[in-house]
Amino acid sequence: MSKVVAVTGNEAVANALRQINPDVCAAYPITPQTDLMQRFASFVSDGLVDTEMILVESEHSAMSACVGAAAGGGRAVTATSGPGLALMWEILFVASGMRLPILMPVVNRSLSAPLNIHGDHSDAMGARDSGWIQLWSENAQEAYDNTVQALLIAEHMDIRLPIMVCMDGFIISHSIERVEYLDDDVVKNFVGSYKPLNPLLDIKHPKSIGPLILPDLYLEYKRMQHEAMSKVKDVVLQTAESFQKISGRKYGLFETYRLDDAEIAIVILNSAAGTTKDVIDIYRNKGIKVGLLKPRLFRPFPYEEVGEALKHLKAICVLDRADSFGAFGPLYTEIVSSIYLTKSQPIVINKIYGLGGRDYMPEHAKIVIEELIDIINTGKVRLYKDYLGVRE
Amino acid sequence: MKLKGWKELTPGAVILEAGNSAEFKTGSWRAYRPIWIKENCIQCLFCWLYCPDMAIIVKDGKREEFNYDYCKGCGICALECPGKKGNKAIKMEEEGN
Ligand code: SF4
Ligand code: SF4
Repeated sequence: MSKVVAVTGNEAVANALRQINPDVCAAYPITPQTDLMQRFASFVSDGLVDTEMILVESEHSAMSACVGAAAGGGRAVTATSGPGLALMWEILFVASGMRLPILMPVVNRSLSAPLNIHGDHSDAMGARDSGWIQLWSENAQEAYDNTVQALLIAEHMDIRLPIMVCMDGFIISHSIERVEYLDDDVVKNFVGSYKPLNPLLDIKHPKSIGPLILPDLYLEYKRMQHEAMSKVKDVVLQTAESFQKISGRKYGLFETYRLDDAEIAIVILNSAAGTTKDVIDIYRNKGIKVGLLKPRLFRPFPYEEVGEALKHLKAICVLDRADSFGAFGPLYTEIVSSIYLTKSQPIVINKIYGLGGRDYMPEHAKIVIEELIDIINTGKVRLYKDYLGVRE
Repeated sequence: MKLKGWKELTPGAVILEAGNSAEFKTGSWRAYRPIWIKENCIQCLFCWLYCPDMAIIVKDGKREEFNYDYCKGCGICALECPGKKGNKAIKMEEEGN
């Protein structure tokens, strides 16, 4: 029997990690992830997991220790936020290049300067090209469910790639919500035991890892990594199907909300999607055909499926909670690429919102929907990239 | 040697055959070549100990000629060689001269 609880996002993910019972966890505290790892460390101290907890001196070391543990043949996890993820940067590529299926919840936080500890997506978006799979979560339930599903995807023998599970810092990590926990045994059976691939601790078969690869082979290894990534989509869907059997909850590559017959739509990640759905209902009641698409799998990006889901629209606004200064936001460029592949030509605008934890309120969704209505009525776009809720 | 295509590689560049560095001939890196001057050699084997590769061949406890396949010309052996009465048993010569 599953259990309904009132918990924070951090608590829910820590509980998922307890149920997974990894071999090794190496972590360094950073707000807003601290409380997640503190809870997991308590599980270790209380003997509720068999995990070897390694307290390291930085996130660079945390990821390095995970790489060592995973290469040794163990199931390794860590978690981080914002600047912590930035400090891991070098080793993120080592983990993916060595094809080690490490699990890392990322409690999304802004990057300094100015110093800010609150939620935005600059951290994970900065790591989008690091070769990690990325699952994004709207609320504590999705963060919990994604964490439970993550290892099945990462550890699949066709994949063997590390995976991030993203949730919004504070907005989700520190807010109490209703969450349905699966039973410990159910999660244990679902995740299964770890099957290492070419582990170092298989001492009967000595091997070398992390070799120097020169220009004559490097390109081939990268091509191979892309191949593994291109298989992730199918495995995500298979995993979602088996997850539905144990939980009753349905997941896909992305979620759509009132999108099928829509003329205008908002594309948005994580917690702000919830607020947007409420405002969409208000406009639907007024007869405005507006819908939403919320990506779940951001890396690899499911271009064809997203393009198919959006190609019938007249105008779209992509909201990015991360900026690329002097360029469009990271989600916007993916959405435009997806639509381009369908040869359809809706107008697509970009709004940067919620940086450094600035609240995204229903009136922000209203501003966007009003602008999209204006665009389809006049055919005119004021600005393709703009900032939402910024004071002049 | 035919180079492998991406479908033939081991995921993560793991090398499954241990001890295969013998296949990697570092001699092509060399710009300076060590020359052994046998009459100055006291068979201390410092060169064998210090050589970062396997370019000093030792047989029955005695050093023999260099194996230039693995000599990258770093010059460590020449630096460490005590030689006989101040006369080095290894000198470095520029390649191609
Ligand atoms: S030059 Fe360097 S590599 Fe060559 S034999 Fe001497 S020590 Fe070894
Ligand atoms: S270090 Fe010099 S003296 Fe000693 S064995 Fe080598 S060549 Fe001979």
